[in-house]
Amino acid sequence: MTDREIVERADAAIAEEFELDPGSLRPEALFREDLGLDSLDAVDMVVVLEQAFGIKIGKDPAIASIRNVGDMHEFILAKKRGLEKNAS
Amino acid sequence: MKRVVITGMGAVSPFGRGTDVLFASLRKGLSGISRIAPPHDGRDASGPCPEERTGVTVKAGRGEIGPGKMSGQRQRPLVAGLVPDIGIGALPRTLRRSMSPMSAYAYLAALEAVEQAGITPDKLKGGRTGIALGSTLGSPEALESFFRLYLAAGDTSGVKSMLFFRSMSHTAAVNTAQALDVTGRVIAPCAACSSGCQAIGLAYETIAFGRQDYMLCGGTDEFHPLVTGTFDLMNAASSAYNEHPEQTPRPFDAGRDGVVCSEGAALLFLESAESAVHRQAAILAEILGFATMHAGGSIAEPSPGPIAACMRAALEDAGVAAGDVAYINAHATGTELGDIAESRAIADVFGPNIPVSSLKGHLGHTLAASGALESAACIAMLREKTVLPTRNLEEVDERCAGILLPQNPVAVQGGLVVKNSFALGGINCSLVLRSWND
Repeated sequence: MTDREIVERADAAIAEEFELDPGSLRPEALFREDLGLDSLDAVDMVVVLEQAFGIKIGKDPAIASIRNVGDMHEFILAKKRGLEKNAS
Repeated sequence: MKRVVITGMGAVSPFGRGTDVLFASLRKGLSGISRIAPPHDGRDASGPCPEERTGVTVKAGRGEIGPGKMSGQRQRPLVAGLVPDIGIGALPRTLRRSMSPMSAYAYLAALEAVEQAGITPDKLKGGRTGIALGSTLGSPEALESFFRLYLAAGDTSGVKSMLFFRSMSHTAAVNTAQALDVTGRVIAPCAACSSGCQAIGLAYETIAFGRQDYMLCGGTDEFHPLVTGTFDLMNAASSAYNEHPEQTPRPFDAGRDGVVCSEGAALLFLESAESAVHRQAAILAEILGFATMHAGGSIAEPSPGPIAACMRAALEDAGVAAGDVAYINAHATGTELGDIAESRAIADVFGPNIPVSSLKGHLGHTLAASGALESAACIAMLREKTVLPTRNLEEVDERCAGILLPQNPVAVQGGLVVKNSFALGGINCSLVLRSWND
């Protein structure tokens, strides 16, 4: 899975779950201020990403630093890379 | 003690959204009951959450109770009164995400009641408006979703945050309060099929004692096999009319075979008579009295004595005599034992000459919503001075004899109505309503 495919899958899952216009998911878009998500949505975002990629994220402390869509992309890309590295 | 009046009503029922369609359908004698899907839809316990009906997807076969095969000598019930698509998906996601269908129904009914009452949003959020709103339990669908995920995974890792907010027992009350920005007292009586009636009674007392200026009150419920299946276990769910859903339930009829579970919501807007007159609101009816009592004895089997005691207590609270009552809106769900017990209690308290009917023949049993939906219908009947007969009542069961069970609409002169609701667990409730100008 390429990085681009990972980002597209993550965006599609987030857009569907939170009923967002996919076009609004620009990397600089802030989840709270720009997209209207709150702390409960942030909790659910973890489950959505877990289900989209079939991975376990759990209570990863790095989640707390996700502020915008770009942060989310970086987070999920790092997670996937880490899993692939461990698998090899 | 303040006099308490009703200045707004809202409803969601198997006939759709709004009191207009509810009252029009009842007047036409329509049935809200339909056949529901028999086959198990094969939801996979290892998959994602089943879509909740407030979400994007409305599941086909949502009403299924289990294979509709003969089970011993009794067929499984395949009839229900389901709310049609009323556009819940159009509600804002931030409100809808914590709402199961019962909360969405209640919110939409509350909006209608508030609009009819002519109350502005600032009055709702000033701390002087409260809500009393009950349901049989929190959303069974949400609980089902939680346990599917939990049991499949062995932990809560796949559970989204909103399932709990949909399944807690005060979910409808708090969701409605949040959506309307109501900041006064929020009470969530949880008394199964008496919840709606009890909520109205608690709100009536709240206004009467001046604890709040305004109260939204009523009941709501959503269809789930948990409740119908439980009635079925007790041989109290209708199944003999699966091929003719409109012919069941049949309160007081010799051919009745049990409850038909339905869903919906109704909310009433209460305030003091002084308040309503001061702000020149149209007064729909007055609440004169209320009683709720436990039956003692069996947790499920109805008994005439406690029902009669509850009705007498409500009349005493209202300060009226049994002979003053023009109409009794029965709880009568179409069960063997319940209809007999209520008939005998009514005969004991009121004698044979006061018209009695049940609206379950039209609506089915809307459970926690029934007390409120049927109270709203009583108010419409009071205003029209005509009481409606029991749909599907063709041949009165002789064990229900001794009370007046009209089979056609009846003109009534007086403006006093008794509304009964009874619940599994032995919670009985009676309200006394009166048209405003009598």
